[in-house]
Amino acid sequence: MDKEKLLGLVAEVARENSQWVENSNPPVLLISASDLLSVSHHLWSHASSYFDQLSCVIGLDNGLEAGTMEVIYTLYSIPFNQSLMLKVVLPRENPEIESVASVWKSANWMEREVFDMYGIKFLNHPDLRRILMPADWDGFPLRKDYKEQETYRNIKLAPEP
Amino acid sequence: MSIVPTISKVQYQYKKDNLNLSEPNKFSVDELHTEEMIINLGPQHPSTHGVLRLEVLMDGEIVKEVVPHLGYLHRCFEKHGESLPFNQVIPFVDRLDYVAAMNCEHAYVLGVEKMMGITGTLPKRVEYIRVLVAELNRIASHFIALGTYGLDMGAFTPMFWLMRDREHILRMLEWASGSRLLYNYMWVGGLFYDLPIGFEEQTLEFVKYLKPKLKELDDLLIFNKIFIERTANVGILDLDLAINAGATGPMLRASGLRYDLRRVDGYSVYPELEFDIPIGKGEMGAVGDCWDRTHVRVVEIHESIKIIEQCVEQLTNDHKRTRDFDPQAFVPKKIRPKAQDLYSRLETPKGELGFFFRADGKSDIPFRCKCRSCSFSNLSLLPEMSRGVLIADLIAIIGSIDVVMGEVDR
Repeated sequence: MDKEKLLGLVAEVARENSQWVENSNPPVLLISASDLLSVSHHLWSHASSYFDQLSCVIGLDNGLEAGTMEVIYTLYSIPFNQSLMLKVVLPRENPEIESVASVWKSANWMEREVFDMYGIKFLNHPDLRRILMPADWDGFPLRKDYKEQETYRNIKLAPEP
Repeated sequence: MSIVPTISKVQYQYKKDNLNLSEPNKFSVDELHTEEMIINLGPQHPSTHGVLRLEVLMDGEIVKEVVPHLGYLHRCFEKHGESLPFNQVIPFVDRLDYVAAMNCEHAYVLGVEKMMGITGTLPKRVEYIRVLVAELNRIASHFIALGTYGLDMGAFTPMFWLMRDREHILRMLEWASGSRLLYNYMWVGGLFYDLPIGFEEQTLEFVKYLKPKLKELDDLLIFNKIFIERTANVGILDLDLAINAGATGPMLRASGLRYDLRRVDGYSVYPELEFDIPIGKGEMGAVGDCWDRTHVRVVEIHESIKIIEQCVEQLTNDHKRTRDFDPQAFVPKKIRPKAQDLYSRLETPKGELGFFFRADGKSDIPFRCKCRSCSFSNLSLLPEMSRGVLIADLIAIIGSIDVVMGEVDR
């Protein structure tokens, strides 16, 4: 399926405009955060796209100046051998987005990892807990303004100079 | 004078609730029904293949729910990836899946080369050497998977036999790269060294040695009646669920889908090589059970041997070693890709290993480097697969997934 048809398919359910992002491989489609769940479900269930595999959920922090975070979903359609990435831009303060775990089960742990590293909240997620870091860890390590806590349970984290 | 040294500073104060606070259980003991109990498996347990902790909610002997707790081997790979230049990340990539480091390097290197736009411009000899060492390492990784799986199932001997044969592979890779497990052999745009003189002949000799040993493995483990009884019809993974939950590699193929990225994407020189993709057929039980997953790995070893033979054929004929061949000739002096987003993926012994990069075009350091790990996704199927099985079968299911915790926790 070419890019125009895919854009038309997305426009069937999206309430806001979506657009292609340049310089990306596989192609990245920027959609609005409120459309994510309906677009995902449509792309997954439609007979002409059938994106049945969610390979990866990528969190990304654009830094304090830009003030935005991104979540990128890497989709792959096994029957049509086609890849697509969906990109959603979120504000840096209190980022929230609908979970797609109801469409792809693989989103469950991947979204937990994004939550763990960036603090992006996934609404209606079946089990949103930290996954790699300890549950009582302070802060979200992959944010650009992250500062390591000095001690964790009386263990010094930074080596003595 | 006391001979016991006095400890000036207390580094760590033991408190009884330390474990509970840092990684609390999902289920609480107070809310259990009469017959239910919580069993904690791991993190230090041989059957969990590393530091995986499982919280198992049991009803008598039946598993009701499994909650994996991860992160005991978290080494901040993505943070390192964001703070180091592209070529300096390769040693860290080795340590993701430390029993198949060549395959991980191959995935990373191909990703960066795609960003630089030099895919397909490298000398064929480099590509063939890469595929050769990657397939050797694939066999070594499957040997670990099969050997430790036999150990989990109570078969002790296959472990020793397979470790013996794996050692031959590791020695050969050491000969080529200088280290046994973590190679740093593939570079962006080339290789560290050319193969040592005599490596091709030694590979053929090894393959000749290995073939009868695989027959022995079949007799000893795979078609052993006890092993079949133990693994057939256990942990059946439905194909729809497998795709939906992100299973890849032998897990997905055992459920009956002929899906291998070496064929689907056809990267490197794989389109020029002949090999089959084995799938689970349910010979001993249902399609997608633990025996199928094991058998797919065994057949994959045979296919890898085919690939190795073809690579050696090419490396000794069309792409022979020459005096002026320099494997580092095409290594870029400065790795500074254009500003772009890129997701590239590759088939490792465990499944699809993907790397996402965002380059900003201004620095040698990626703005974001994300690793999509196959063991992580495969392990997330464990709760689905082990609902309602006996606790002894849970061990069989964990082993058949073939997780390497270094790759799960990154």
